[in-house]
Amino acid sequence: MQQRLPIAVCFIAGALMFLQYFSPHPVARAVFVTINDYWQIIFAFTLLVGIAAFVRTNLRQISRGKEAPYRLIGLAGLVLMPVLAVFGGIKIESPFQWAFENMLAPMQATVFSLLAFFVASASFRGFRARNAQAVILLAAALVVLIGRVPITEMISDTFPKITFWVQNYPSMAARRGILIGIGLGSMTTALRVILGIERTYLRGE
Amino acid sequence: MVLHAGPVQATAPGAGNSWFDPATLPTLVLSIIAIAVVLYTIRMVRSGKSFTIREIPGLKAVEEAVGRATEMGSPILYTPGWGGDIQRPTTIASMNILSSVAEKTAQYDCRLIYPTHDPVIMAVAQEVVKEGYAKAGHLDRYRADDVFYISSSQFGYAAAVDGFISRTKPASVFLLGTFEAESLILAETANSIGAIQIAGTDSTIQLAFFIVACDYTLIGEELFAASGYLSRNRMILSSVRAQDILKILIGLFIVIAVIWATFDPASTWWSF
Repeated sequence: MQQRLPIAVCFIAGALMFLQYFSPHPVARAVFVTINDYWQIIFAFTLLVGIAAFVRTNLRQISRGKEAPYRLIGLAGLVLMPVLAVFGGIKIESPFQWAFENMLAPMQATVFSLLAFFVASASFRGFRARNAQAVILLAAALVVLIGRVPITEMISDTFPKITFWVQNYPSMAARRGILIGIGLGSMTTALRVILGIERTYLRGE
Repeated sequence: MVLHAGPVQATAPGAGNSWFDPATLPTLVLSIIAIAVVLYTIRMVRSGKSFTIREIPGLKAVEEAVGRATEMGSPILYTPGWGGDIQRPTTIASMNILSSVAEKTAQYDCRLIYPTHDPVIMAVAQEVVKEGYAKAGHLDRYRADDVFYISSSQFGYAAAVDGFISRTKPASVFLLGTFEAESLILAETANSIGAIQIAGTDSTIQLAFFIVACDYTLIGEELFAASGYLSRNRMILSSVRAQDILKILIGLFIVIAVIWATFDPASTWWSF
């Protein structure tokens, strides 16, 4: 019973969501909206569980003296933003908005900007001509880079045409091959779960 | 607080009182074919037929990654990325691999750290890891605090995982799930500390980053075949076989459509 009930629930929910996709009938729409509403409720409760676990873990690690400064900053951020929102509101020029625009947004932009440096370091490693395949990759990358620079377009319109061809034919063919694999993999994984073949979510029982 | 968006609705609501939307007919036909092929391969397995799966270097390296971490006395970091939720097949596939990794870390007594951006994924991952430790007979080694929620903010999550990688210096890093812009930030940070990296995702854009930055990358359907590969479960392997059959059918369709369109450029039956 412990196994059969969750599998039955999963099959019914999966089959309903699958069938409603093909129907514009109000009943089908209602099923979709209702299941989505329940999903929102489940997510809200698990968010509370997640935050509780976050607070508990950090307090425990702080009491052990492990990475205390980082964990204190994390907890302070968790407390600060809701407190500012509750007591100062979330309108323009409120303390919450000030904290968002002057603290949170710049910190997020800082992390995002790291990407530029990481792209450079990864490209340096990736484009080293170690073997024949790497040489082809390097050549393709150079062609695309050259074709994307405005000055080469001023010299000759052949460069952008070659870039267009590389991106839209060999590159796109490879990408579509991968996408077909991903699509089929996603579909069979979903079917495995709905049919009860894949049971990792049931602790693998 | 921004609540979860939930599943995406593909058909336009309010299209009438009909029980069937004719615009979805091609999807329905293809879905029925796919389901029929999956059921056919399951039946083949039940009648005694067995399937083999080719060697996948990224999955073969799981043992090596866990062994390396054990020898070095360093933890393993496993994260499913920021882009997905528990409904996404990629996350389910990632959970299947997590189950095997958890079982191995329990056997080797190696610490497994699992930070995530989604509390639902956290709850499921805690159960999956706990079961992996129980299967290995070492439930006492399971640490619930090592599977934890960080933040739903993309770069908050990326910064926190980066911090964990920099401070705890894991010997092996698993980046398996749905990744977006944080993929290269995490992969390059792990690379900078010399960690062995096994990555896989359903985004072709992020796959390019992983291929460059990581030691092993699961490409395309390899991520979804992992469950069958690692468990050798015959029923799961049957669905991997179904994937291959469907791929052949799609290939045949593309060839026929290309030939048809070449000789009859005005035809459109093949585009839907």
